[in-house]
Amino acid sequence: DGSDDHEEGSAVENEETGKGTDKGRKRATPRTRRAHPRGRDRHGDEEDEDDEEGTRRAGHRRHRSRRRGRAAGNEASDSDMEPAKARKNQANQKSKEDDGEEEDEKGGKSGKGKNEKKGDKKTDKKGKKEKANKKKKDKKKSGSGSDSESEEEPITEEELAKLKEEVEEKKKLIATLRNKPWKMKKKLSVLKEAQLFVEKFEGALGKGKGKKFYAYKVMMTKKWMKFQRDFENFKTACIPWEMKIKEIESHFGSSVASYFIFLRWMYGINMILFGLTFGLVMVPEALMGKPYGSLPRKTVPRAEEATAMNFATLWDFSGFAQYSVLFYGYYNNQRTIGWLKFRMPLSYFLVGVGSIGYSFMIVTRTMAKNANDDGGGDDTSFNFSWKMFTSWDYLIGNPETADNKFASITTSFKEAIVEEQESRKEENIHLTRFLRVLANFLALCTLAGSGYLIFFVVRRSQQFALEGLENYGWWERNEVNTVMSLLGMFCPTLFDVISSLENYHPRIALRWQLGRIFALFLGNLYTFIIALMDEINLKARYLFSFTLEEEKIVKYNMTIWEASLYNGTIPENSTAPPIQVDPADVPRGPCWETMVGQEFVRLTVSDMMTTYITILIGDFLRAVFVRFFNYCWCWDLEYGFPSYSEFDISGNVLGLIFNQGMIWMGSFYAPCLPAINVFRLHTSMYLQCWAVMCCNVPQERVFKASRSNNFYMAMLLFILFLSTLPAVYTIVSIPPSFDCGPFSGKTRMFEVISETLEHDFPSWFGKVFGYASNPGLILPFILLMVLSLYYLNATSKSYKEANLELKKKLQ
Amino acid sequence: AYKRFSELLPKEERENAFSARVPKSQILTLPELRANPFQHRICHVFSTSESRDDSMSFEDFLDMLSVFSDSATSDIKSHYAFRIFDFDEDGTLDRKDLEQLVNCLTGQGEESGLSSAEMEQLIQNILEESDIDKDGTINLSEFQHVVSRSPDFASSFKIVL
Repeated sequence: DGSDDHEEGSAVENEETGKGTDKGRKRATPRTRRAHPRGRDRHGDEEDEDDEEGTRRAGHRRHRSRRRGRAAGNEASDSDMEPAKARKNQANQKSKEDDGEEEDEKGGKSGKGKNEKKGDKKTDKKGKKEKANKKKKDKKKSGSGSDSESEEEPITEEELAKLKEEVEEKKKLIATLRNKPWKMKKKLSVLKEAQLFVEKFEGALGKGKGKKFYAYKVMMTKKWMKFQRDFENFKTACIPWEMKIKEIESHFGSSVASYFIFLRWMYGINMILFGLTFGLVMVPEALMGKPYGSLPRKTVPRAEEATAMNFATLWDFSGFAQYSVLFYGYYNNQRTIGWLKFRMPLSYFLVGVGSIGYSFMIVTRTMAKNANDDGGGDDTSFNFSWKMFTSWDYLIGNPETADNKFASITTSFKEAIVEEQESRKEENIHLTRFLRVLANFLALCTLAGSGYLIFFVVRRSQQFALEGLENYGWWERNEVNTVMSLLGMFCPTLFDVISSLENYHPRIALRWQLGRIFALFLGNLYTFIIALMDEINLKARYLFSFTLEEEKIVKYNMTIWEASLYNGTIPENSTAPPIQVDPADVPRGPCWETMVGQEFVRLTVSDMMTTYITILIGDFLRAVFVRFFNYCWCWDLEYGFPSYSEFDISGNVLGLIFNQGMIWMGSFYAPCLPAINVFRLHTSMYLQCWAVMCCNVPQERVFKASRSNNFYMAMLLFILFLSTLPAVYTIVSIPPSFDCGPFSGKTRMFEVISETLEHDFPSWFGKVFGYASNPGLILPFILLMVLSLYYLNATSKSYKEANLELKKKLQ
Repeated sequence: AYKRFSELLPKEERENAFSARVPKSQILTLPELRANPFQHRICHVFSTSESRDDSMSFEDFLDMLSVFSDSATSDIKSHYAFRIFDFDEDGTLDRKDLEQLVNCLTGQGEESGLSSAEMEQLIQNILEESDIDKDGTINLSEFQHVVSRSPDFASSFKIVL
């Protein structure tokens, strides 16, 4: 087929010189003749292929004999050119591969355990492909005499270059094939052709130029791509709880599922924090530090020993739990421990700072990612059209949910229509305003009331502590925690009732609601902190003024007491062989850090208990009641008052966020907190998944998950910032207890850094650091940061404005 | 995905699944499609059977999954969404198509539909918003223009097995 060769040669040239459309058209013709199955769909029609296709019909396209790099953004250029020609020849291979990869990923996602089937498909496809191969080869042979000849003859430089070009173009086609709205068959055929072409000629390209090395490189690339793909599949299969969340998504829609996705993400963060504290703080101390009972700070005092192993004491996190690696007080202030010379105090400090830094980083990164996905922001210009075309959630697989979705869509249509009609109406502004002001006033009152209640309760508990906790029953002991949890349960409902006064649009009402609940939780948390800090400050002030004396007193007590063991003689020097005194008997100094850690741990545990009990009682018992008592009740329970509960997304998310805030605050004083939280999140995931599927009904008003995501992230970031403030304050300004913890004996906790610099780093390092921390250097640096912030802000504003302008022009 | 497909076939045809076609009634038993108001349109659009019986081969099945998957571009999704919404297959979305679309979305019950006045109003609003050339119908490019700005389209137009 000489003419074909000719045209092919010229075609190649054309490809080289330019991708002009007319040239493309010229090329179109020879290709038609050569590969007529592809012929018809030149202009992107969805016509059926002929029997060639029949032979190539295969299952999955797993034929992945090679992978090349992909030219990602070539769709645009492709679509500009004469469609068929450009697509087919230039990027055949790539798009086939791409398509296949997409299949792979999709297969990986959708059929995690279906790899074995893929294997079958592969062999089957290969068989078919070989058939197709032969046909192709025949065709090609007939039409590519020059090519086959060129395989035998030495290929000239130009032809080599031409071939390379062609191969590249085919690769591009392959890369973009996935994105073409063609039928599968067409894509399959195009892909195969391109792949064959590339396979055939890529080997040839290497001729005369170190072919072996080239072929080797090609093979390695292929293997690497295959490995990457398998690894991707494996990673997708590893995501925990994926099936559960999918099930929930199909029943309840994507907004409820977004809560669980958020929960899973939190779990990931907590795992990492747990890894840090466990691996770098708790384990070294447990393995290499002095064992329990060797030091006074590590032993339960004699007075408490009797009750130290009681379950009640352990549940309260005192007794043995208090004097263990779980809390701050256990750690020794020795600079290095063990044969590894592990620097315990430094590690403790750095882990604390590092976990906060890591959390900041990951929250900000997720926010940035979400902001990208969000796109242009709140655009209401296509309100109705969007409602029409995009409101159906295709993930819903349950008829009940579908019914709900229908109802909500209908309602939203009606609402939107009514809203538009009413937006021209005038309403009774004064009455509405008055009502809204009243509602806000009531909300403020509630907030203030709850804050005062917490303060009062914390004060009372301090009084109890002073008078000895043994005199009081269970309520007094756990008053603070129970009160806080109860407030968290009832106040949001109160806010809901108040908001009915306000008569806002539902979306705005939801935002007010979220804002108020947020303020509630924040207020509660901070009142709690302040009350605690008050107590600590009291003690610290007490300590401050009496610190030296108290130290002296304690030490004097100790010496006196040692002396009594020496039969009355006070030892002059401390080199006298110390009599082995049981550390349990040594008088102790106060240890406020452990106390703070304990408070946080107790709060977390009680929060966890409250949540579980609420779920069990509020959701499960209620569902049981409604289900079984419906037969013998006057009114229809399922539609009427109790009915089944809905899953309260915002409440749960806020609870999760605040819980995390507490963890961040307390993990510096109690390294066990991340561990407890990991356990809590793990069980909470299973419990809530079960509860949602079993006791809840899909929501009436299904709100979109996408926009709220960044709102929750923003709140998380805010909470993170607020939680680090107390910890930073205590690190910087309060002296650590002299008798416990890794920083005992220092005047400030951060001195451990300077100590390390002195001892462990060469002296010039310390000097450099000293210069760097000079205020004269830091101030200009801060100034520079402020300036760059301002500049970036201005640039982004101008970009946004340009964006808006362009959008307007497009419309 | 192959496993799911072969489950839909009666036992005897399972080995031959590559070339077998699954009748429409079977496809509609898939949980993902069961509750979908556009199930018939989806089957019709993705089916390549010559006999127009809307049966789907494995390739069609894959086609469908690939369009609805996470990694499909918004272009492809909107292209197929347009075809699904185009009930009379004339290449544009005219009033009748939109009416039918609304009826699908609001459920089949009597009390849950919109009244005709509301329907009129709704369709009027939609055409005002999206019909750029004011010809009374929405063609593919107008549709893609509207839908590509929506932040929810990609996440709602998704089916995962």
